[in-house]
Amino acid sequence: MGLIPSFFRRRKIYDELSEEMRLHLEERADQLMAEGMSRGQAEQEARRAFGNRTVIEERSREVWQWPTLESIWADLRLAVRQLRRSPGFTIAAVLTLALAIGANAVVFGVLNALILRPLNVPNAESLYTVERGVFKDQSTSYPDYLDLRDRNRTFDGLTAYILTEVGLDTGKNPSQNWGYEVTGNYFDAMQIQPYLGRFFHVADEHGPNSAPYLVLTYAYWHSHFQDDRSVVGRVVQVNKHPFTILGVAPPEFNGTLLFFYPDFFVPMVDQELTEGPSVLNDRSQRDIFMVLGHVKPGVTPAQAIGDLNSVGAYLEKTYPKDDANMTYSLARPGLAGDMLGPGVKGFLTGMMLLSGLILLAACANLGGLFAARAADRSREVALRLALGSSRKRILRGVFTEALLISIVGGAVGLLGSVALLRQLSVWQPIPEYPMHVAVNPDGHVYLAALLLALASGFLFGAVPVRQVLRTNPYEVVKAGSTGILAGNGGRRITVRDVLLVVQIALCAVLVTSSLVAVRGLERSMHSKFGFDPHNAMLVDTTLSMAGYTGDRVQAMQRRMIDALQTIPGVKSVGFVSQIPLGGGGSTEDVFTDQTTDLKTKNAAANTVVFEISPDYFHAASTSLLAGRSFSWADDKNSPPVAVVNEVFARRIFGSVPNALGKFYKTEDGTRVQVVGVAEDGKYYQLTEDLRPAMFLPFLQKPTGMTTLVVRSERDPQQLASEIRSTLRGLDDSLPLNIQTWTQGLDIALFPSHIATVSLGVLGCMGAMLALTGIFGMAAYSVSKRLRELGIRIALGAQRGEVLQAALGRPLKLLALGSVAGLLLGILASRVLAYIVYEASPRDPLVLGGVVLAMLLLGLVATWIPAQRALSVNPLLLLRED
Amino acid sequence: MPVAKRPMTNPTARDLFPGALEMMILESLRRQPAHGYALVQHIQMRSRNLLQVEEGSLYPALQRLLKAKLVKAEWGVSATNRKVRTYQITAAGLRHLEREISSFERMFEGIALVLNPGDAATN
Repeated sequence: MGLIPSFFRRRKIYDELSEEMRLHLEERADQLMAEGMSRGQAEQEARRAFGNRTVIEERSREVWQWPTLESIWADLRLAVRQLRRSPGFTIAAVLTLALAIGANAVVFGVLNALILRPLNVPNAESLYTVERGVFKDQSTSYPDYLDLRDRNRTFDGLTAYILTEVGLDTGKNPSQNWGYEVTGNYFDAMQIQPYLGRFFHVADEHGPNSAPYLVLTYAYWHSHFQDDRSVVGRVVQVNKHPFTILGVAPPEFNGTLLFFYPDFFVPMVDQELTEGPSVLNDRSQRDIFMVLGHVKPGVTPAQAIGDLNSVGAYLEKTYPKDDANMTYSLARPGLAGDMLGPGVKGFLTGMMLLSGLILLAACANLGGLFAARAADRSREVALRLALGSSRKRILRGVFTEALLISIVGGAVGLLGSVALLRQLSVWQPIPEYPMHVAVNPDGHVYLAALLLALASGFLFGAVPVRQVLRTNPYEVVKAGSTGILAGNGGRRITVRDVLLVVQIALCAVLVTSSLVAVRGLERSMHSKFGFDPHNAMLVDTTLSMAGYTGDRVQAMQRRMIDALQTIPGVKSVGFVSQIPLGGGGSTEDVFTDQTTDLKTKNAAANTVVFEISPDYFHAASTSLLAGRSFSWADDKNSPPVAVVNEVFARRIFGSVPNALGKFYKTEDGTRVQVVGVAEDGKYYQLTEDLRPAMFLPFLQKPTGMTTLVVRSERDPQQLASEIRSTLRGLDDSLPLNIQTWTQGLDIALFPSHIATVSLGVLGCMGAMLALTGIFGMAAYSVSKRLRELGIRIALGAQRGEVLQAALGRPLKLLALGSVAGLLLGILASRVLAYIVYEASPRDPLVLGGVVLAMLLLGLVATWIPAQRALSVNPLLLLRED
Repeated sequence: MPVAKRPMTNPTARDLFPGALEMMILESLRRQPAHGYALVQHIQMRSRNLLQVEEGSLYPALQRLLKAKLVKAEWGVSATNRKVRTYQITAAGLRHLEREISSFERMFEGIALVLNPGDAATN
């Protein structure tokens, strides 16, 4: 039975039915007239005897329909018609919901990609990373790793990797690329097969530097070799050493870090070639970035932990000098275990809650609008009820309208969010590292958006239900439009009032949180770093990549400093092994001068180490509190000296003056004399507590890692190009990376930036929703009470009194909601403090800011309705009905 | 399932059970094909006005019968020169009617037995 022919057939049936009933009535009327009634009376009696013709006709038609489907379709068409008739309401409602659902979809998309989706490797549920100690340290030394690998009984192959940056020359365009240095069993432990060629395995390794092989990632092969299948077997230069390309990894495999995209994999045994000095044999050098593996089937994480702990105990006993606190725990490797995992989870959960609040506020907003709309249409509802419609049918119409709005709004929001998520996926937040946040939306996101749309549709569609159910058709039709308000009396609390208060409260929470975030960021920008990042350039170069080794390194470093100092406008040049807050750094244990047993557990402090040139403190604007900095005389022929920071001085020697001239011991037993004390600073993260640090002269502690700091007030662009040409003049194959120091701080400030932007956006959305909510209620209340206001003015009310009558209620609700929201926001301080550094919601500036913001909102929102209320002309009003 | 409606002035009257109207229509049509108005007259007359059927309530029942192909309809002209749509019972309708009548009679007998315990001969 085709749909179209049956449609036409049905039309015919309906027409015949109508005709039939008309004829029936005619016949009845004729008969009554024959019995003596007048025509008019006869027709009336005929109709009365027939019954409710509309209902009967409808019931007869229903025989030929799929009644439920058809009535739903009819409801839809009616809803569309009615929504088209009030375009302002419709557009406002759809946009509000689109924003709210879009925001939720974006946050959920990120949550889904980073936390809910399992890693894209086989058997991801059994893959864990091994963390050590209370601080959940993932780093470990190569000898320790070997012991873990060989002595455990619960893992199906334990593997490890290091993130490394090398100079890669594939024949054209040498560049710096990031990759993984992996142990021989990496690919086997990960249980993946090559896409092209083959992988290297344990069997290929015969000792240090014995396996000069390279495996490319699919993405890199695609972008740099244009899918050229002949790369297998080709020889390329890695830090000027020849390496052979063995194969290409499968398309979806990017290592095990969710946000890091390496270009290649090399065996860890080649560390000397890829990184310069090899620390593979040093048990105390915790160079390995992460150890991970699959637990054997049937083994629980608790059993694995117990097993690892027993290996740890063995290590502590056998190598007491290097190993201490060897207790282990397991974590998921995708977000670098507990390094990023909890932070990201906390942040995203907080964001999800806040965007959920936005959705609730939007629903409250729309609920209020819907209730107002329903009140306006109470006459229509009453008429429909009187004509024989059931309340259920009317309610179904209301819900259809609500769901229509919510689904359209949800679709628009989803489109926006998909676009945003795609943009986010290709964004590289920190240019020096190959990091992306791959949050491409998948089916879960669409499903979530659909569910949210349906839920919110039901939520705000339910608001007018009570009112519709209570409508008494007779009273409504009798009383006319004024009867609607009579019921409210202006004193009872209606659903709309409650909704408005809820909405305002939610918005106040959002505004509070964004102000807190902004204040927090502002404070973190101005907290003491221990250096001045303004007016300074950083030049990053790793000499080992250009083939410098041994003494040539220091000579080159000296030449670079001298060359840069000749550039006009440069005030000072220094260099440091690792830029503070740069994302890297190393630590060492230090011991008091009296300690003889140099075991880790006897250490006086675990100190951050920097190797610097004499002029570094000038270049970085780090102030010296006492003593002196280094000079070029402090070289390897003079006694070992150091400059320590204030925390170090206090902790080891008791006070700053006490520290000068005293000695302490480093891990290898060297006695070092303190010649100066520098100010404290932040070295790893902005949120860290102050920690001890020591600065060593580079001539005494050679380092291949070099970041030059150039302090100058010249324009950064010009300065950068001069620096580049100067250094290229020394050696034109040096890989260089030049940026201003404030740019270099991006990594450290990245989380705060993200948090502030997100919270700021949510705060703005909250404010907009509050604005529309108050405006809607104020405008509605004024328009409904125009007659009353006209009477008041006619009776002599002053402007103030009129305004109070018209807007008193909305403004009172605004105040109530703001207070509630403010309190809620303060209570939520724990959530916020986790996301934003130095966020303190009890900051008086924040409280004042929120109050001010809500006041402003109220003012702006009620401006137009207030004008309208004041400009009422009582004569005109009272004349009309 | 709509039932023949009582007019609002007679609240104590009983609603017909579902299918009763269709059964009576089929029986009437069995005796003689008729159009809607005539059917109403016929039913009221034969029930000696014991059954008050709202005239219009016939039509949904007729449509159901049409859809189930228990009757068929045809436009024509009545004896009094009016345009009418005449309904006629089909073979299927006849069969359906017989089943319904026997089922109804069984039910009726059962109710009557319960209501008249004096006649309850052990049978």
